[in-house]
Amino acid sequence: MSTITPQQVKHIANLANIPVTEGEVTDLADAFEETLDVVANLQSVDTSKVEPTHQVTGLENVLREDVVDEAHMFTQAEALANAKETHEGFIVVPIIIDQE
Amino acid sequence: MLETKTLKEVLDLLESGEITLAEVHKDLHTAISEKNDSLNVYLTVNNAEASPSTAALKGIPIAVKDNYCTKGIRTTASSTVLDTFIPQYDSTVIAKLKAAGGSVLGKTNLDAWAHGSSTETSQYGRTLNPRNPEHLPGGSSGGSAAAVAADMAIAALGTETAGSIRQPAAWCGIVGLKPTYGRCSRYGVVPMASSTDSPGPMTKTVEDAAILLTHIAGHDKYDGTTGDQPVPDFTKAIDKPIKGMKIGYVYHDIEGLEDGNKILAEQLKTFEKLGATVEKVDALDPHYAISVYTVVQRGEVSSNLGRFDGIRYGNDRSHFGDEAKRRIMLGTYTLSKGYADQYYNTAQKVRSLYIKDYEELFKKFDVLVSLTSPGYAKKVGATDGAAMFGELEDMLLEPSSLSGLPGINVPCYRDEETNLFLGMNIVAPMWQEEKMIQVADAFEKATPWNTWRNRK
Amino acid sequence: MTDSTPKTKYELVCGMEVHAELKTKSKMFCGCKNDPFGAEKPNIYTCPTCLGMPGGLPVANKTAIEWTIKLGLALGCKINLFSKFDRKNYFYPDLPKAYQISQYDIPFCYEGVVETSEGPVRITRIHLEEDTGKLQHKTVDGKKVSLIDYNRSSVPLIEIVTEPDIKSAKQAKEYGKALRQVMRYLDIADCDMEQGGMRLEANISIRPEGQEELPDYKVEVKNINSFRFVEQAIAYEMERHDELLEAGETPAQETRGWNPNKSETFSQRTKEDTEDYRYFPDPDLPPIRFTQKRIDELAAEIPELPKAKAARWEKEFGIESKYAEQLTAERPYAEWLETVFAIAEKPNAVANAIVNKKVTVSEGEDPTAVAKKVADLSKTDDVDTSELVAAITKIKEANADAVEKYQNGDTKVVGFFIGQVMRVLGKKVDPNVLRTTLMKELKK
Repeated sequence: MSTITPQQVKHIANLANIPVTEGEVTDLADAFEETLDVVANLQSVDTSKVEPTHQVTGLENVLREDVVDEAHMFTQAEALANAKETHEGFIVVPIIIDQE
Repeated sequence: MLETKTLKEVLDLLESGEITLAEVHKDLHTAISEKNDSLNVYLTVNNAEASPSTAALKGIPIAVKDNYCTKGIRTTASSTVLDTFIPQYDSTVIAKLKAAGGSVLGKTNLDAWAHGSSTETSQYGRTLNPRNPEHLPGGSSGGSAAAVAADMAIAALGTETAGSIRQPAAWCGIVGLKPTYGRCSRYGVVPMASSTDSPGPMTKTVEDAAILLTHIAGHDKYDGTTGDQPVPDFTKAIDKPIKGMKIGYVYHDIEGLEDGNKILAEQLKTFEKLGATVEKVDALDPHYAISVYTVVQRGEVSSNLGRFDGIRYGNDRSHFGDEAKRRIMLGTYTLSKGYADQYYNTAQKVRSLYIKDYEELFKKFDVLVSLTSPGYAKKVGATDGAAMFGELEDMLLEPSSLSGLPGINVPCYRDEETNLFLGMNIVAPMWQEEKMIQVADAFEKATPWNTWRNRK
Repeated sequence: MTDSTPKTKYELVCGMEVHAELKTKSKMFCGCKNDPFGAEKPNIYTCPTCLGMPGGLPVANKTAIEWTIKLGLALGCKINLFSKFDRKNYFYPDLPKAYQISQYDIPFCYEGVVETSEGPVRITRIHLEEDTGKLQHKTVDGKKVSLIDYNRSSVPLIEIVTEPDIKSAKQAKEYGKALRQVMRYLDIADCDMEQGGMRLEANISIRPEGQEELPDYKVEVKNINSFRFVEQAIAYEMERHDELLEAGETPAQETRGWNPNKSETFSQRTKEDTEDYRYFPDPDLPPIRFTQKRIDELAAEIPELPKAKAARWEKEFGIESKYAEQLTAERPYAEWLETVFAIAEKPNAVANAIVNKKVTVSEGEDPTAVAKKVADLSKTDDVDTSELVAAITKIKEANADAVEKYQNGDTKVVGFFIGQVMRVLGKKVDPNVLRTTLMKELKK
């Protein structure tokens, strides 16, 4: 049985940038445990002689030539089309750091 | 009534001039307006008149899962995070569809972010199974499966990460084809698990799937994981005898699947009648694949969904639904310091074992068959409080998905009482979709389960 | 301060992390134009990939990878023939995907060295990643906001990390300059410090002189945009640490910034959580495998670097090293200059004249013209012997006492006569001819 503490849930929520309420913390901890119990069987597999597979295609060296792809670039209007707030071509967000 | 036709039939009727594209358009929109309120299949309908095309698909509108970015048409991935998102670009598959003369009929419901196997995690409400509306359509491509099953589309596009095309196809009694990973570009598809996401067709017949796949497949310079293998005309695999083919029957003795396997075993006799051999064979226990998939997919999800911050588009992260929150956070946990080795790295090693297992199996067999889903479509509400619902439903599909292999669902039984279907999953080696298309087509034509081929 | 006990002497332990933007035509992972400083407007060089839109996928720029390897080779690094890109996950508004594509455990290059006058600085690794968008902080309509421009998002960025080999603030500056020189020589980066095209970070601590083990703390001073500032920041930190250690405290392990206006470092807000970037191999980017043959080809493309050039100039053209060091600083200039040396009669005189600003020349100028300008510096007029003798005779008559002095053995007066002859003739006479003629005439 894995035990996930509310502290851990909050820490993870912070790392994941997910806002969670106190009520959600308990539910999430339960869901974590249920899932971690299912995946615990991984530890019983002998993987000592196995290399991990991160990609299944076996492809290597898929690279782009250094060419500007004008046709694929957005106009400024397209780039900003879905932004909530813009100002003179910039995307606006609430102040990040209050500079000295 | 043109909406009830298969893609092949509509193409032939347009070709002979017996019908016009405008009639197809009208019939489809009539069907949609009659049924969409009750079934909740489409989140957005494209009312723009489809323009006739001389290209292969002749302008026929296709239902598109709402995780494909469509230029100028709202794309939500069934999450309110993207409630207002109107992409300024087409995903490559949509661009290819359009280049082949297809068009976008509308955007279909899915489990939010494709997280699930029921459509119950959609933040725009669940879709109902047209075969029996007390039941779920499966997912995550549940809207596309239901659109086809309900004749609210001629054909549809779905995406699969591990079961999301084949499982809803099975539950809705249609054909769902998950191509080889890298066969169809992921560019412009809202990412779920990057290392297994595969766009593919969901259709009324195997032949329709072959037609559509031929037009959406191919190398894409914008997706470095697409292969440069030539794209064959997959319809060449239609009406090809399967005599002499070797079919391996896997997952025949999994606990809890006794009822389904009893039916499947009976159906497999069709292959023998057609001259193929069927042999029971043991494959690596799919229970480990649940774990591998859960860890890998949630890890990739936690990273892929980081971009949804409400700055450049969409709403902020407080809009994520419960399932997305659970997956993002679990993935964050399993990738974090001190745990990555225990979970993520170990999972990727076990993944290698599945690939190795398939390599061995395909030395002996042309294709492998099994049940697609452990059982019939579950009832509405079945996912409540079940954090691992999808993974258990998709258990039989996860090993092949994790290995990048192509697979196809064909209906292989209908329960007369409930009008619900069982599906057979046929898996082929990488880049050999023709083999499974050939076998699936032969089965479809030799059995009574395809509703469109066996219209009353 | 009381001085009864001798104060502990401390020495610097410093490693550096340098970021530089590569000057490829297109960005690192998409085909958008790579010209963030030249862009006329914000957000005009973007696409779904560098804006982190749904379904945008990266494809790596081959040239950027090859340039990284060239830099590694130029700095004597070993090259990983097999490499890959990883995702570094963290949230910041200038990072559109919420992960930076970087390299975690297999950088392209490792174990190199940069020589400085105070000893070698070992390079730990060089890896390739992508830059972020650019944030500006402003007040718009009375509201304090941050403005984001993604023109810079996903521009190729190399990171060069050293071992803690730097022993003085001056050496840090020298190292940074040497690194910039090599990158400019390779023509892979402009390293425009003002614009942020090259950014310095120093990991600073001090230890008592003679102590072998590394200090148990480290202060990172980030985002320094000039060599002078890095020198000042290190000196400032050394003093600050010295005071803290003398007071029995250990400097806090933290990230600090440099305030050029106040000439001091300041503590930057530290995150509540310790950093946990959750690195994993990017599933969107297939790994990269080089052959040794390709690496050799890249090595062959590396131009002669400044130190080697200076040594060769000395051998081939007799250029003194004090001139060569200055004149090899920028590659296009040095290459042009060499065309002058090649045709000059006395190349070292050319070097001398240019370094000491005796002549004004500009890069690209016709080599023959430059050689002539230098030669003109020592050119003499043709003077008829009779004209010369006439002038000497005239001077002898006017200065009989000096002639007598000379004839009595006072050779110091020769200088006086030389000056007089030049003045009278109003011409530049070959000094050898003048001297021999003069002595002959004076003896008469």
